[in-house]
Parts: sequence; C-alpha cells; structure tokens
Amino acid sequence: MSPDRELRVSKIRNGTVIDHITGGQSLNVLAILGIDGSEEFSLSIGMNVPSDRLGRKDILKVEGRELSQSEVDVLSLIAPEATINIVRDYEVVEKNRVERPTEVVGVLSCPNRNCISNDDEPVETRFAVMDDGVRCDYCSEILRDRIAEHIDV
Amino acid sequence: MRQDHLITATQLSRPDIEAVLDRAREIDGSREAFEQRYSGSVLALCFFEPSTRTKMSFETAAKRLGAETIDMGSIESSSVKKGESLADTVRVIEGYADALVLRHPSEGSAKMASEFVDVPVINAGDGAGQHPSQTLLDLHTIRERHGLDDLTIGIMGDLKYGRTVHSLASALTNFDATQHFISPESLRLPRSVRFDLHESGAQVREHTELDAVLPELDVLYVTRIQRERFPDENEYHQIAGEYRIDADTLSAADPDLTVMHPLPRVDEIAADVDETSHARYFEQAHNGVPVRMALLDMLLGGDAA
Ligand SMILES: [Zn+2]
Repeated sequence: MSPDRELRVSKIRNGTVIDHITGGQSLNVLAILGIDGSEEFSLSIGMNVPSDRLGRKDILKVEGRELSQSEVDVLSLIAPEATINIVRDYEVVEKNRVERPTEVVGVLSCPNRNCISNDDEPVETRFAVMDDGVRCDYCSEILRDRIAEHIDV
Repeated sequence: MRQDHLITATQLSRPDIEAVLDRAREIDGSREAFEQRYSGSVLALCFFEPSTRTKMSFETAAKRLGAETIDMGSIESSSVKKGESLADTVRVIEGYADALVLRHPSEGSAKMASEFVDVPVINAGDGAGQHPSQTLLDLHTIRERHGLDDLTIGIMGDLKYGRTVHSLASALTNFDATQHFISPESLRLPRSVRFDLHESGAQVREHTELDAVLPELDVLYVTRIQRERFPDENEYHQIAGEYRIDADTLSAADPDLTVMHPLPRVDEIAADVDETSHARYFEQAHNGVPVRMALLDMLLGGDAA
C-alpha cells in the first residue's frame, strides 16, 4: 500500500472507510446510509479518485458510524468492488469486501407502481439478487441498471 | 401438488400440471364420486375487483364438491372500502374458511396474502400478473384436443397486461411446445415474462402479424385488447382491428386448428367463428369447473402428486 493511500484510509479516528466505490456512486451510498451531512460526525467524500483497479473510484470516510448487514447488501449492488474498512484509533482493524447477498429486504422500492409492495400493506419489499440485477419477490419485476434510483431507506 | 398455494404458473412443474389434469379428467368421467367429498368445507371467494365468470366457476366447483362458499359481498360496502389492508382482510377471512380464492388489482397480492395465512390461497388474478387456475383449464382444453407435446400455439392480443397469457406461456415451458406471440409492439410480453421464457429454453417467436404464422398453428389463443390501453380512441380502433379474427381469416388455418379465448370476448372473435369446428372457447370455459374441482381437491385434500 502506498504511503499516500495509507493516509487516505486512516485519517479518521473511529468509524468506517468505504473504499473502491464505483466512480460516481458515493452520493447513493450516503443515501443508503441515511447520511445527509446534517449529522454531528465528520464525513469526507472523495469522488473520481484515480484507481488502479477501477480507473476511477469514490471513497467515503465516516466518523463513528457502523454499517448494518442490509446496508452492506445494497451497497454490494451499486458498488460491487467496495471494501469496508473499520477504523479504531486510527488503525484499520478490519477490512472486508462486500458480498453479493441472495436477497435484499426492505431497502429497495419496487419500480412497478402496481406492485402490492407499493400499497399500504405491512410488508417489506424483497428482491432476489440475480447475476445482473434484482427481481421483486412479489410481482417478478426485474430491476437492472437503475437500482440506485429505487433505494428507499 | 407439492405446494400449499397456487400463486403463479411458474411454480408448476410438469408432474404438478399432469396430476391436476388427470384428476380433472377423472372428475369429468364420474362427478358423482366427488359430489359430497368436501361437505362441511368452506371456500372463501375474495374478489376485490369484479369478475362474475371466474367467481361463478369457483363457486360451482366448490358446490359440486359439496363445499360451501362465502364471499365479501359488494366491495362498496365492505371494510376494504374503509381502508383495511389486504393483509388484515385475509387474516380475518382465514378464520372463516378452509381455503381462499383471491382476485385483486395489485400484482403480487396473492403472494403477499399467502404469507399471512395458513390455509391454501389460490390466485384468481393479481393485476397484470398471473391467473394460474385459468391456465390449468386452458391446458386441460388443449390436452384433450391435441396433447401438450409437439404443439405449436399462437397467443395473440394484449400480451403485456394479459395475466392469462403470462401464466399460460410459463406453464407451456414444461412441454414440448413452440410458442408464437402475436401483438402490437406496444403490447408485447413484459420483460419479466420474456426473461423466464428465455431462461427455461422455451421455443418462442414474436410477431406483429398473424398471417404468416397462422397456417402452422395447432392452437390460436386470442385475448382482448382493451380500450383503456390506448390514450387515443382512433389508435385503439385501428390497432385492435388488426388483431380481430373471423371465419374468413381462418380459411388459411389448419382444419384442426383450435381457437381459444379466456372470455369474455367483445369483438376480437367474430360471431361467425362460433359456427366453425375451430371454436372451442365455450368448451374451454366449461372446463373451468372440473379443473377447479381437481385443484380444490388437491389443495384441500393435502394431496401429494
Ligand atoms: Zn414488485
């Protein structure tokens, strides 16, 4: 790891660094995490940073915030190459790649307006994860390229 | 059947389908044997949108098995109108009945309902989604005339919103059937259905005109193109007119061609077709009773095929 890179991922004291986000997707990642900048903690965003692996990548550093499993699941759909670094006392103590889940529950809204999951019913949305998209468990609608637009958290 | 519910045709395997159709054939042969089999059972008919036909067919099937039916009365006066969720409605009705038949305007409604109740749920139409019991009676009709393998079928009309079409197309992938889909560009099969057909390796062709493909068909399944699918009245009349058949159209068809329709029809099949040997849509509608009796028998009886 280059000294420059070391600096980028370890500048926060405690929190999470999400690296290798698909270029341009960091604002959607923030939306998934429900972060809009009004919070107390510090947050830094690097967009379109040159990357050997991705060409261009985004990087997010969030002080004092842990990711839930469902957040990681959706993250994997819009940023499949992302790595999640848990930082404690300026050290990266854990480094995880995101894994594609078999299903995502409660984070995406169905693009089919006539789907029962968009009615006022006591159910969470549920999508099966396919090779190149997700599919609504209720109405079978397939969602491919515009997943980020249907994040509903 | 191995399932507790009938939600989509995609859940049905070839043995599932054959078991129901064999049972329907058996019932057709000896109705008396099944007459009182389910006396004391109650079937709830939960119709959230009007459908006299499907509802009467289920009602007749239940009564011929000796079962009672209950329904929700008119939607206007029900709790649904007062804003009750479907999840609550089916959990209440579950306490009254041994099985639920559900017709609802939202796609996925039957699937959701099945997650809230322990009694069998039969999807009798969920929006533009699926209508699998219709498919079973369609398959019964085709099977009794032609068999289900080595079959060439044309499915024509509103393929986008036609739930009977979605269910039929997916069920036919279990058999050696070539499917031709004939519709205006704007009403072709939805992506999710095309995806499933493709995944199953089905032999599928799409057309905008019937003429070229008509002579090879064993079955022509016609559906109605509805006025409300088109913003413009003239456009509707022009397009719908191109997918209308009459006795003259069928002169180019194989003499053994079977013409089917889920009914009700308006004018997409001219009355002069009724007099030809091709017309099978009334027989098809009648088949709803033995097939739904068979389906109820298997779901209520907890029968493993
Ligand atoms: Zn859906």
